[in-house]
Amino acid sequence: MTLLTMIAKMSEGLGKTCAIFFLTILFSLPLGMLITLLRMSKNKVVSGVTRFVIAVLRGTPLMLQLLAVTYGPYYLFGMAIAKNKLIPVVIAFAINYAAYFAEIYRGGIESIPVGQYEAANVLGYTKTQTFLRIILPQVVKRIMPSITNEVVTLVKDTSMAFTVSYQEMFTIGKQIANSQTSFMPFVVAGVFYFVFNAIVDFVMGKIEKRMDYYK
Amino acid sequence: MSVLELNHVKKSFNNGTLHVLKDISLSVEKGEVVAIIGPSGSGKSTLLRCATLLERIDSGEVCFDGHYAARTGDDGTAVYADKAELKQIRNYFGLVFQQFNLFPHYSVLKNVMDAPICVQKRERAEVEVSARKTLEKMGLGDKADAYPCQLSGGQQQRVAIARALEMNPEILFFDEPTSALDPELTGEVLKVIRALAEEHMTMVIVTHEMAFARAVADKVIFMDGGVIVEQGAPEAVFGDTQQERTKQFLARYNERP
Repeated sequence: MTLLTMIAKMSEGLGKTCAIFFLTILFSLPLGMLITLLRMSKNKVVSGVTRFVIAVLRGTPLMLQLLAVTYGPYYLFGMAIAKNKLIPVVIAFAINYAAYFAEIYRGGIESIPVGQYEAANVLGYTKTQTFLRIILPQVVKRIMPSITNEVVTLVKDTSMAFTVSYQEMFTIGKQIANSQTSFMPFVVAGVFYFVFNAIVDFVMGKIEKRMDYYK
Repeated sequence: MSVLELNHVKKSFNNGTLHVLKDISLSVEKGEVVAIIGPSGSGKSTLLRCATLLERIDSGEVCFDGHYAARTGDDGTAVYADKAELKQIRNYFGLVFQQFNLFPHYSVLKNVMDAPICVQKRERAEVEVSARKTLEKMGLGDKADAYPCQLSGGQQQRVAIARALEMNPEILFFDEPTSALDPELTGEVLKVIRALAEEHMTMVIVTHEMAFARAVADKVIFMDGGVIVEQGAPEAVFGDTQQERTKQFLARYNERP
C-alpha cells in the first residue's frame, strides 16, 4: 500500500474524529457548568454527591468509561449495543470532559474577588444578573488557558475511540498498521493530530486575544 | 425623617464570640456629612457594611427614610424585610469601596451606565447623557472609553464614585475611600468628595484623613472597641475633646511628622 492510499483511507475517518471532537465540546462545556453549579451548591448533600461523581470521572481511565458506556447497557440490562458507536462514544467523552471543565470553572469562579459580588450587590443586581453580567465574563477570560489545555488533550484523546472499534481516523490507521505490518499509519496519525492541534491553538489564541482589552 | 437611622445595632462574628458592634445608634439627616473615625478594628467598616446590607446584624434596626431593612423581632433578634423590599431599599444608598471594585471588563462609561439600565430600567439614551455629565464632574470626561486597568487609583476611585452617584442615591457611604491611594491621588479624590459635600449630598465617610474629616464633616463620630466613644461637631470632637480615649487617638495623629 502506498503512502497516499494510506493517507486517503485514514482521511475517511477524519470526519468521525471531528464528530467526536466537536460534539464533545458542544455538550461538555455547558454540562461542565451545570456540574460546577451543583458542586458549589449550598446543599451539602448535592455538593457532596457531585464531588464524588467528579472524583470517579477524573479518577478512572477514560478508556474504561468508554467501554462502560458502550457495553455496560448490554451486560447490565441486556440492551442491544448501539449500532452507531458515535452515540456512546460522545456520551462518554462529554461526561468525562465535563468533569474536568467543571473543576476549571469552579477554580475560575472562586478566583473572582468577593468585592465584585459586593459591588454588584450594592448596585442592586440580582444574583443571576451578577453571575451572567459581572462574574462569568471575567471567569471566561481567566480560564481560557486551562480550557485550551483540555481541548488540545481532547483532540488526541479522540484516538481512544478505537477501544470500541469506532471507525475514526486512528482506528483505521491501527487496522492498516496491523494488516500491512507498517509503522507508517502511526506517523500519519501523528501528523494529523499535530495539524489539528495547530488549528486549535490558532483559534483559541484568537479568542484569548479578543479578551485582551482588559486585565 | 432621617435618611438613615441605626438603632441599637449589634453584630458579632465567629458564632457570637467576637462582638464587633456593641449597641450602636446613629442617625443621619438629609444633607448631612458624617465622618466616622477610629483605630483599625474599632468596627467602623463593619458598621458601614451592616448599613449597606452587606452584613446582617444580630439585633437592632436599620432604617432608610422610614423604610425598615431590619427591625427587632419578637425574640429580640433582627428580622430583615423580604427580598423585594430590600431591593427597593438598596435604591436609597450607594457605597464606595476602599478597593474601588470597578468591573474590569467594562469600560468606564459602561461601569457607570450598566446598573442604571439593568437594575433601574432607565432609558439608555438618557442614562448615557447623564453618565457623561457625571464623569465630567468627576474630571473624567476624556476617560469614558478607557478600561479601569488603564487608570490610576485616584481615577478609578472617581469612576467608582460616579458609578454610585449615577444610581441617584439618597445617601452615599464611603469605606476608607483613600486608604489604597498615595498622598497625591488621595488629594484628587478628597476634592471630589468635598465638592459633593458642598452640593449637600448626604454622606457617611469612614476615613483616616483627620484634616479632611474636620474640614468637611458636619458631624464626627469616634468609634473604638465597637462602641461610639464620642460624637459631635468637628470643632467639638477635635477642638474640645471630652473622652480620654479620643484624646489618645487624636494625639497620635497630631504627633505624626
